[in-house]
Amino acid sequence: MIRAALIAWALMTAPVAAQELVRDFGPESATETLRLRSTTDIAVLGPVIEHFLETRPGLRVAYEQWGSNALYGLQASDCAAGRAGADLVISSAVHQMVDLVNEGCARPHRSAITAALPDPLVWRDELWGVTREPAVMVYNRDLVPPAQVPRSRFDLLDLLRPTESPFRGRVATYDIERSGLGYLFAFADSMEATTFGGLMESFGRSGAIATCCSAEIIDGVAEGRYLVAYNVLGSYALVRARRDPRLGVVAPLDYTLVLSRAAMIPSTAGQPRAATQLVDFLLSPEGRVALEQALLIVRLEDGESTALDLGGAAETLQRPIALGPALLIALDAHKQALFRARWRDAFPETGGVAP
Amino acid sequence: MAETRSWSLKARVALAVGAVLGLGGIVVLSVALAYGRQAAREAYDRLLLGAASDIAASISIRDGAALVDMPASAFQMLALAPEDRIRYRVTGPDGTTLTGAEDAPAPPRQDGTGPVFYDGALGAEPGRYVAVTRRFAERSFSGPVQVIIGQTLRARQALARDIAGGALVVLATAGLAIGLFAWLATLSALRPLQRLGRALARRDPVDLTPITLPMPTEIAPMLGALNGFMGRLDRQAAASRNLIGDAAHQLRTPVAAIRAQAQDAQEETDPARRDRLLARIHERSVGLSRLLDRMLDRAMIIHRSDTAPRNAIDLRDVALEIYEALEDAPGGAAIRLDLPPGPVVVRGDALSLVEAGKNLAANALAHGRAPIRLGVEREDGTPLLFVRDGGPGPAPAILEGLGARFASHAPGGAGLGLAIAREVAQSHGGALRLGPREDGFEAALSLPRAVA
Repeated sequence: MIRAALIAWALMTAPVAAQELVRDFGPESATETLRLRSTTDIAVLGPVIEHFLETRPGLRVAYEQWGSNALYGLQASDCAAGRAGADLVISSAVHQMVDLVNEGCARPHRSAITAALPDPLVWRDELWGVTREPAVMVYNRDLVPPAQVPRSRFDLLDLLRPTESPFRGRVATYDIERSGLGYLFAFADSMEATTFGGLMESFGRSGAIATCCSAEIIDGVAEGRYLVAYNVLGSYALVRARRDPRLGVVAPLDYTLVLSRAAMIPSTAGQPRAATQLVDFLLSPEGRVALEQALLIVRLEDGESTALDLGGAAETLQRPIALGPALLIALDAHKQALFRARWRDAFPETGGVAP
Repeated sequence: MAETRSWSLKARVALAVGAVLGLGGIVVLSVALAYGRQAAREAYDRLLLGAASDIAASISIRDGAALVDMPASAFQMLALAPEDRIRYRVTGPDGTTLTGAEDAPAPPRQDGTGPVFYDGALGAEPGRYVAVTRRFAERSFSGPVQVIIGQTLRARQALARDIAGGALVVLATAGLAIGLFAWLATLSALRPLQRLGRALARRDPVDLTPITLPMPTEIAPMLGALNGFMGRLDRQAAASRNLIGDAAHQLRTPVAAIRAQAQDAQEETDPARRDRLLARIHERSVGLSRLLDRMLDRAMIIHRSDTAPRNAIDLRDVALEIYEALEDAPGGAAIRLDLPPGPVVVRGDALSLVEAGKNLAANALAHGRAPIRLGVEREDGTPLLFVRDGGPGPAPAILEGLGARFASHAPGGAGLGLAIAREVAQSHGGALRLGPREDGFEAALSLPRAVA
């Protein structure tokens, strides 16, 4: 009942209950078609898929782009009904993916490549972290003087503290009720450090904006409506910052959350062999290069090649969101209600749909 | 060397050690598996209980309802079994699910307040669950809240396998060590046998003296038997040599005499003298034949003395048999039998004793004087088979040489008869006694008493 309610909520709060975009890759004449469902923009992941298909003339990929909550709901109902749907699912809402695996909705696959993954990036040989994307702060280079650029959460707190601060009302972050990814980042923050409590309080007092979707937030920063955006997915921010000189990107120095989009092969997959090939490709050196070009893998160690602004010893400050049962707590009904209540205290006036 | 080989000792030891290790291995492995399963179950049950207690402790009552502020520590604890799926459920007093998965199975019994562990399905996989109950008695909320939490069994099985695997490694190592030591022990145990074999192989073919090698107590009896066997072989070889020597020595003179007389007879023209010569040749031939009989008897006696089984026999029966055998001999009727009323039992070979007695009696008949008495008695408890006659016996000088093999001066092979009697007495552990008595001469076999 709770789970059904959760899925209902997920479906209800998703902006659209069907796929957002569909595109087919590969030749029309292909004998096999791999159905890929992902939360990643087709424009971002598409080149990687094209790369994958270069050496596989007999394969075609039907790419469906979904919102994370809708995708979660769809996969859960496919799994419960034993319905063949996607052959491979890649989602940024990794806590939802962990739940799907925990419910036994995934099919195991083990190869030399998956075996080489570090522990936080693989669970039960059924879920693999394929990307590496930091949660970053994005700021407007024109409107934020270099001396005021926040390098860490503490800097952001300091910026918001003065009652006359120009940042009041002009800091944005994901609305956790509308973005599965935003919820995940916020939740991971709350697990990571007590700073987050202060930050929430500060957001609440300073009238920060919670809104939906990476593109909208980054647009807002570029246009100057927001000065700083907190916890934006680094891959999107860096893609935009490449083309838009107004945008600056900072990986927080106190710690940087690193998300690995999770891939799983549903137990009901009709083309599991092609799916394992795609998983192995994404994890292979060749696939890593393609993902890096798509900015889905961000090298935090080497800031010069990217627009990312980094401090010194970044390695020790990375907090990968580990794929494992501990993430299930993010989906607990009571925990979610408590967390959302706390969130609502900080962002009472957002126009999001109240559950 | 005869190639009658059975299983080698090494193979036997290897088989025994292998069987022990194999059976032991099965037992140890099954025990280790059971123990591993038990240990893994206890360890991970504690983990489950810890997580459940954590969750139970995080329940608070807010606005008349139980609210679970799910602690991250509980999930981190469960994540210590990193490959296992999790299912949990918190139910209120009325049994409704407050949070968690609806399909987590309820515990089989609800009595008592302690935690309940139970097995149940977790999706398609088997799982292990614990149920912990916390009771509330608040103004706004009263009743038990139950926390059910379970996980799949991968970590448990892996730990059980690890434990059993460790035990198996220890067992295999111990097995190798035991095998090695058994092999070394067998080698060292067999070394004296090899030494014995080499000593035998190195020996001169005619060397039948006892082998004196230090041997372990287990092998010493074999060496003793081997030495005994060689001793018998030596005696028999010596007897054969003696027989051949005696035969050559004793037969040469009479045969030469017969040849010379036969030649004389051929050349003799006087029929009366030729008849006399022929008669002498006949007489000598009879003597020669008797001599041959004795020599064969003696060879037979010596052979028997080493090989014939020793039975308990009554010496009176022996005397009776001698008497009966000599009754028909010339002058045999003159022998008188002198037997005690009770049995005189010795341990020995009846045939040898009869033969020895016959020789003594025949000597008395040939050289002694009447009355000749053949008898049995106990002298201070020592059984005695005697032949006595009324004569003075041989002269002391002759007596000295009597009993030796080459008693050629005793005509008709009398010396040989005494030699036979002496050897029989000696082979029975007794002695031949020759000597004068107040009423004549006595030849007697004194034999050791039979030990019951």
